[in-house]
Amino acid sequence: MDYELILRVTPFFAKAAWTTVVVSFLSFALGLSIAFPAAFCRLSQNRFLQIPSRVYVSVFRGTPCLIQLFVIYFGGPQIGIQLEPFMAGVLGLGINIGSYMTESIRGAILAVSRGQTEASRSLGLSKFQAMRKVVLPQAAGLMISPLGVNTIALIKGSSLVSAISVLELAYTAHRFTNSTYRPFEMFILASTFYLVIITLTSKAIRNLNGRFAYEK
Amino acid sequence: MQGLEFSVVFENMNILLQGMFWTVVLCSSASLLSIVVAVVLAMTGISKLKPVRSATLFFLWVFRGTPLLLQLFLFYFGLPQVGLYLSPIITGIIGLTLHFGVYNADVLRAGILGVETGQHEASRSLGLSYFQTMRKVIIPQALRNVSPAVGNNLIALLKESSLVSIITVPELTLSAQRAISETFRPFEFYFAAGALYYVVNWGLEFILQRVEARTALTR
Repeated sequence: MDYELILRVTPFFAKAAWTTVVVSFLSFALGLSIAFPAAFCRLSQNRFLQIPSRVYVSVFRGTPCLIQLFVIYFGGPQIGIQLEPFMAGVLGLGINIGSYMTESIRGAILAVSRGQTEASRSLGLSKFQAMRKVVLPQAAGLMISPLGVNTIALIKGSSLVSAISVLELAYTAHRFTNSTYRPFEMFILASTFYLVIITLTSKAIRNLNGRFAYEK
Repeated sequence: MQGLEFSVVFENMNILLQGMFWTVVLCSSASLLSIVVAVVLAMTGISKLKPVRSATLFFLWVFRGTPLLLQLFLFYFGLPQVGLYLSPIITGIIGLTLHFGVYNADVLRAGILGVETGQHEASRSLGLSYFQTMRKVIIPQALRNVSPAVGNNLIALLKESSLVSIITVPELTLSAQRAISETFRPFEFYFAAGALYYVVNWGLEFILQRVEARTALTR
């Protein structure tokens, strides 16, 4: 076990870990921005809203994330989309995780009992008011846990953008394994950073869950 | 904007189908083996011996908290260094098996703990040893309890199998890349590969639905 090597390359891994965090965060934000509208479309009675949403969820949950990234990064230029790796990575990850988040949000909204909606409507609230003031606040507590699972998956999934040459943790681990021929040390170093990032994120999610979610 | 020509996909379909064949082989082997690994890890995870239990839980924590890609790199570069020169396909199977074995182990452990203790007591009082109880009574029930969750993991396995293309396993994603290197049409081929994954995924979901319907415990 070459400890001196580990100490020598840690700065590179630390920098790459920051890239991983940034990529994950931006993709998370993008995914959430797509997921909320998509979830509402999915729940809508309007078929022109519902069908595209169902297709979106089915396609992006039913195909590998790597393929999606490759279509955007390598195939994009053919349809006029020329993005640099970081942007393509965030876009691809965001759209992919958005489809999973859509289902998490939809599940949470459906889990709020119909009685709440019925009671609100009978008290004179419109559909939008009922959703905004009664259902969503309750659904919010229910969706933290599933969205948390999605987020952890996203952080691990961010390793895929190494395949389109984004300089994050997995890419750095690969690069240094190639140059130093010490795969175990590089694995230990990279996994330590991932475990730290993921464990901290999990703790934050549990914290959030404890504060906003409640048992029925 | 260059025009899209999907005809090249149909001309080179045999390359893609070859890749799809290996993807199915890869995923089937890894699925079955991962359940074996899961049973072993679930058992050691509830062991009465604290060192065994702690070691297992630590191992599960590390392999659930790190990306599959990193684990694949570990096996692809690391196994030759300890003297095991395996083909990429075998390495890919090992990586997928371990990764999903760990996920299924957690699921199965919850399933085992969820089987009512009355089953343990009844089996022991009928003279079965601990291992016999586990093998014949508890684990079959646990597997049936968690089969939806395991099914979801199998679907994830199919999609994550695309990663082994990065360690040069000739499955569907790599086949698409091969075709692209000859025709220079990445969009068409990655799109087609995605469509093929979608079809296989749909088939797998169909099969799993049937399996779940038959193994579900009716109350």
